[in-house]
Amino acid sequence: MAAHDDGGTGSGGWPAAVSAKGWGFQHAGRSSPAVHDLTLEIAPGERVLLLGPSGAGKSTLLHALAGVLGSDEDAAESGSLLVDGSPPSHRRGRSGLMQQDPEAQVVLSRVGDDVAFGAENLAVPPAEIWRRAAAALDAVGLDLPLDHPTSSLSGGQKQRLGLAGMLAMRPGLLLLDEPTANLDPAGVLEVRDAVLRMLTDTGATLVVVEHRVPVWLDVVDRIVVLAPGSQRQPGGVLLDGPPARVLEQSRAMLISAGIWVPDYLPVVRPRQNSSSGEVLLTARDLAVSRASVPRRRHRGYRPAPVPTASGINIEVCAGAALGITGPNGAGKSTVALTLGGLLPITGGQLSAADPLARGAGQSPFDWTGPELVGRIGNVFQEPEHQFVTGRVLDELAFGPRMLGQGTAGVEELLVRLRLEHLAEANPYTLSGGEKRRLSVATVLATRPQILVMDEPTFGQDANTWAELATLLSELLDAGAGVVAVTHDAEFTRVLGGAQLELTAAGTPAASAVLGVDRAASAVLGVDRAAAARPEVQGEY
Amino acid sequence: MSIDVLAGPRSTAWLARANPLSKLGAGLALTIGLLLTVDWVSASVALLCELALLPLAGLAPRVLLGRGWPILAAALVGGYGSALLAPKTGAVLLEWGPLLLTEGSLQSGVAIALRGIAIALPGVLLLASTDPTDLADALAQRLRLPHRFVLGALAAMRLVGLLVEEWQNLGMARRARGAGSSGGVLGRFRSSLGQAMALLVQAIRRASRLAVTMEAKGFGAGPRTWARRSEFSARDALVLLGGMVIIGAALAAAVMSGTWNSAFS
Repeated sequence: MAAHDDGGTGSGGWPAAVSAKGWGFQHAGRSSPAVHDLTLEIAPGERVLLLGPSGAGKSTLLHALAGVLGSDEDAAESGSLLVDGSPPSHRRGRSGLMQQDPEAQVVLSRVGDDVAFGAENLAVPPAEIWRRAAAALDAVGLDLPLDHPTSSLSGGQKQRLGLAGMLAMRPGLLLLDEPTANLDPAGVLEVRDAVLRMLTDTGATLVVVEHRVPVWLDVVDRIVVLAPGSQRQPGGVLLDGPPARVLEQSRAMLISAGIWVPDYLPVVRPRQNSSSGEVLLTARDLAVSRASVPRRRHRGYRPAPVPTASGINIEVCAGAALGITGPNGAGKSTVALTLGGLLPITGGQLSAADPLARGAGQSPFDWTGPELVGRIGNVFQEPEHQFVTGRVLDELAFGPRMLGQGTAGVEELLVRLRLEHLAEANPYTLSGGEKRRLSVATVLATRPQILVMDEPTFGQDANTWAELATLLSELLDAGAGVVAVTHDAEFTRVLGGAQLELTAAGTPAASAVLGVDRAASAVLGVDRAAAARPEVQGEY
Repeated sequence: MSIDVLAGPRSTAWLARANPLSKLGAGLALTIGLLLTVDWVSASVALLCELALLPLAGLAPRVLLGRGWPILAAALVGGYGSALLAPKTGAVLLEWGPLLLTEGSLQSGVAIALRGIAIALPGVLLLASTDPTDLADALAQRLRLPHRFVLGALAAMRLVGLLVEEWQNLGMARRARGAGSSGGVLGRFRSSLGQAMALLVQAIRRASRLAVTMEAKGFGAGPRTWARRSEFSARDALVLLGGMVIIGAALAAAVMSGTWNSAFS
């Protein structure tokens, strides 16, 4: 731990200056530097959007500015990187860092304590801490009691809580590392607006890394584009200037790097066939709950599970897509997991029609693993959860081998999803977009008739997005049914099909029949009864 | 919908507002006192007093049974074992093949079982009425344990609840791949091992991200202040006194009724 510069940490508040001169950093055990020869001056109060292809070292730079890059002996640092004229690790508390994962943003289990945590570490007097905490929560729009449990917050609320904690530290430099990548559109705006209010109040310097440019375009006054660092070609800053000029000059380059620039939609293969209308899976008055995850030997006093969502009537048809939308906590993921045969139903009916069941029984939850993967493919929000081997090639061959099929299709999938150069790599070491493509490919390898996906486009760059949308459009044309939980309106539009909209808990029951598509493939109706029927099921 | 082990609504019971250290002290006094003797009188007196305190900890008997049944089961098994193995004194109560129970041996068994429950119950009361954050504050501010260690453990405990949820997610994600459904017992075992490895990977990643968050918030950089003060009040004197009175009464009853049976002889 570096010696701490106590001078001024208690008061803080004035905007910080950043100065990098020929700065480079190489992580321990890596063959090439993450950042190479970076020279950059950021004046106090400037608001900078940092762009660059994946691997340009954007996160490394933010961590370095926050002083948390670690003091690994084997890491190599060159040049100088200063915040207010001192190395960042000597100025801890001058900057606030927000990471992508909302869970990693929260330290303590109560809202007030979590906001106070940073200020406590800077030895701010207690009375002043509580005054700051109240003001900070107000500034980020979190109107919650101080003893509210942090575990019950949504992703966007967790990020805003993190922001409040930083605000209470009075940082001069705000460092945001893809702060909205894991959030739904409402959460994205919540966080963006909270950041904007905070900047207006404090005048702090901002450096934000994000590949969705339109979100931050109105907030920042400067865009810096980093080039990938390597020993062959000089890294550092590729472009630097006012947003409009940079976006104009580098539009083509940014698009090819997968960055979402304003007024641009990636080209996606359009749908060609319409649905055959063949029904694969039918839900009647379905009620779903996570609490009913079966535990074989449980003998406790467990109340019957209260459904997370109920009254769901849908049909999943061959060649048709079904989008599931709704606010946080409405039970979208739970519905998807239940349709995918991973959770038992809590009430109502869910039955697979003959073309899907093919003799395996009507209830997807009762299918064996091999029966399931050959019929319904589930793609989780977090790709890493689904990796079961240590090599990309094995990962793809896993399903077909289990079903006793040949692995002939594996090569084709590798090429189709541009993973052939990674066949020998460990799945965990891939980039975010590569992991997403692999997780979809592994599920497709067993040729399921229905694909159930939970937020497949969260945090994805424009290139991966377009590939996913094109792939699904092909699958749909080939007669697969697709169920996608997604907030991504554009993605839903590309896929076509019907929408199932769930409403937030506590609202009055509402029925919705929305956007039934060309083939009238789905008849939808949802009510989330407040007085839900806790139909008992499971092993009691 | 996360399952956070620390996120239950904060207990509003009388004991919940006492300082965790006074509760620890009272519990410690009870434990040490009960360890001195193995007899049914002291154990019964202590147990009755503890049961009378349940409402103060906000524990309904039903909840207590739900949480504490493993302790109850262990105490009963321990008592049964003692009854079988203790010296066979007094009248024979039951003889059935090699199974022989006498008054003396049965008394030992009952004493062991009651004592086990009486020793475990204060721990249950403490856990039910103590918020982990309050405990951490008390340990760091009052006992002067290193705050890096105490707060680090507290933050890690919050992740334990997330692990439960993560394990369920991993289980479903792996079923979605068809993993673990074939190969018999060995195959299932290997699959569980794989799931545990995956959980470990996720846990380490999340923990290192959390560590970055804590470090970025200036954790461990130097002296810190405490927004929440861990303080003692008259209530804490009562708690300590209560613990002393209970154990005093229990031991006195054993001596007076002549059942004192030193554990160290």
